[in-house]
Amino acid sequence: MGEIARSFAGAASLIFSGDATLASIVLLSLKVSLSAVVLATLLGLPLGAAIAVGRFPGRRAVIVLLNSLMGLPPVVVGLVVYLLLSRAGPLGEFGLLFTPPAMVMAQTVLILPIIAALCRQAVEDAWIEYQEQLRSLGAQGMRAAATLLWDIRFSLLTAILAGLGRASAEVGAVMIVGGNIDGVTRVMTTAIALETSKGDLPLALSLGIVLITLVLILNAAAYWVKEAAQKRYG
Amino acid sequence: MSAILPLSLRDVSFTAGGRTIIDRVSFELAAGPRTVILGANGAGKSVLMRLMHGLLTPSQGSISWQGENPGRRQAMVFQRPVMLRRSALANVVYALKLAGTRDAGKIAIAALADVGLSQIAHRPARVLSGGEQQRLALARAWALKPEVLFLDEPTANLDPSATREIEAAIQKVHAGGTKVVMTTHNLGQARRLGDEVLFIHQGRLAERSPVERFFKQPGSAEAEAFIKGELPWV
Repeated sequence: MGEIARSFAGAASLIFSGDATLASIVLLSLKVSLSAVVLATLLGLPLGAAIAVGRFPGRRAVIVLLNSLMGLPPVVVGLVVYLLLSRAGPLGEFGLLFTPPAMVMAQTVLILPIIAALCRQAVEDAWIEYQEQLRSLGAQGMRAAATLLWDIRFSLLTAILAGLGRASAEVGAVMIVGGNIDGVTRVMTTAIALETSKGDLPLALSLGIVLITLVLILNAAAYWVKEAAQKRYG
Repeated sequence: MSAILPLSLRDVSFTAGGRTIIDRVSFELAAGPRTVILGANGAGKSVLMRLMHGLLTPSQGSISWQGENPGRRQAMVFQRPVMLRRSALANVVYALKLAGTRDAGKIAIAALADVGLSQIAHRPARVLSGGEQQRLALARAWALKPEVLFLDEPTANLDPSATREIEAAIQKVHAGGTKVVMTTHNLGQARRLGDEVLFIHQGRLAERSPVERFFKQPGSAEAEAFIKGELPWV
């Protein structure tokens, strides 16, 4: 009990003293995960909308595949991206392995199916409501998909948040492609795993508290934005 | 630009789920008189209108317009129009831009003024009242300067005051030279807004006659029963 209390006290002191190591780890985590979310959003929303509105052979198989990919194990994603970026791999010449861009790439691969699949579902539900009206006005295909994406933009925040949650919480992929190098590729989750195994519980705990707080703040903000928008726009 | 009317339907049938909804209907619609498609709930009025508008394809028979590119020159207002999550004005501008109209902003402002919605042009469309949304839908369709305007039960969900406003707007559309084709099951509205009646019974065209004659001397037993209120549901 004393150990836990001491750990919490140490964590609080690290957080409130503005510890430089803690700050740099938090900052890198945010940079990596937010970059991955931006990339996965840019790719995932059009992809999800196109599958929702498009009618093409094999569409059902694509939907099943996309839904299945939501459960991709992070370590497998890490391994695949590792193979792509390793010296012998097809992207080896860029020398990205064990750098933050490699971590962004791995997290993007991990959360792209989540954002695309949730977006596909949301757009398809909206399409049922909008289809006749949009077709009547002459909007079809990608134009209709773009209109739907814009119209349900506040609902899509949930899909993006799900992606952010997954990116910021995963440890396997960034550990493999980033290498958990101190000051270079060490992020909150990999640091928590390492510090816990080393027995530095205050640092691990402080990172855990910051991680949970950040996720809470982001979710609360998104919820508030969605509520306010629905009140305003109906 | 040549006129797209007359519109010809030849032996048009529509089946869905093994049920015949429209059964070998033939008629021609010419420019000028306001056509009211009258019939009990479930008679097939809305499906017939969707076939004419091009949202549905006949299972048998043919529907042909006179001129080229009729899709752009006929518009439709739905019983429950779908408003995009943007301002009233932006909803009209959206339709105009889709149609490739220049000066979309100016035309949209004028269209809103025509239906008495200038005051709420910048309010989000989805928070407007049912009557306002229906007038906005009318403005959005009318702004396209269609040669034919299809109206599917445009006042079915509205209170008497909103109904009067919509009916006044429809009269304006007619006065502006647009052919009005409207479905309703409201006898009073058919009298007020119709020049001729197409009476649909169980998917078939049971009778076509000028509105005065239809109500004074219905030519079919079904029409007579409907007028007497003995045929509320088919």
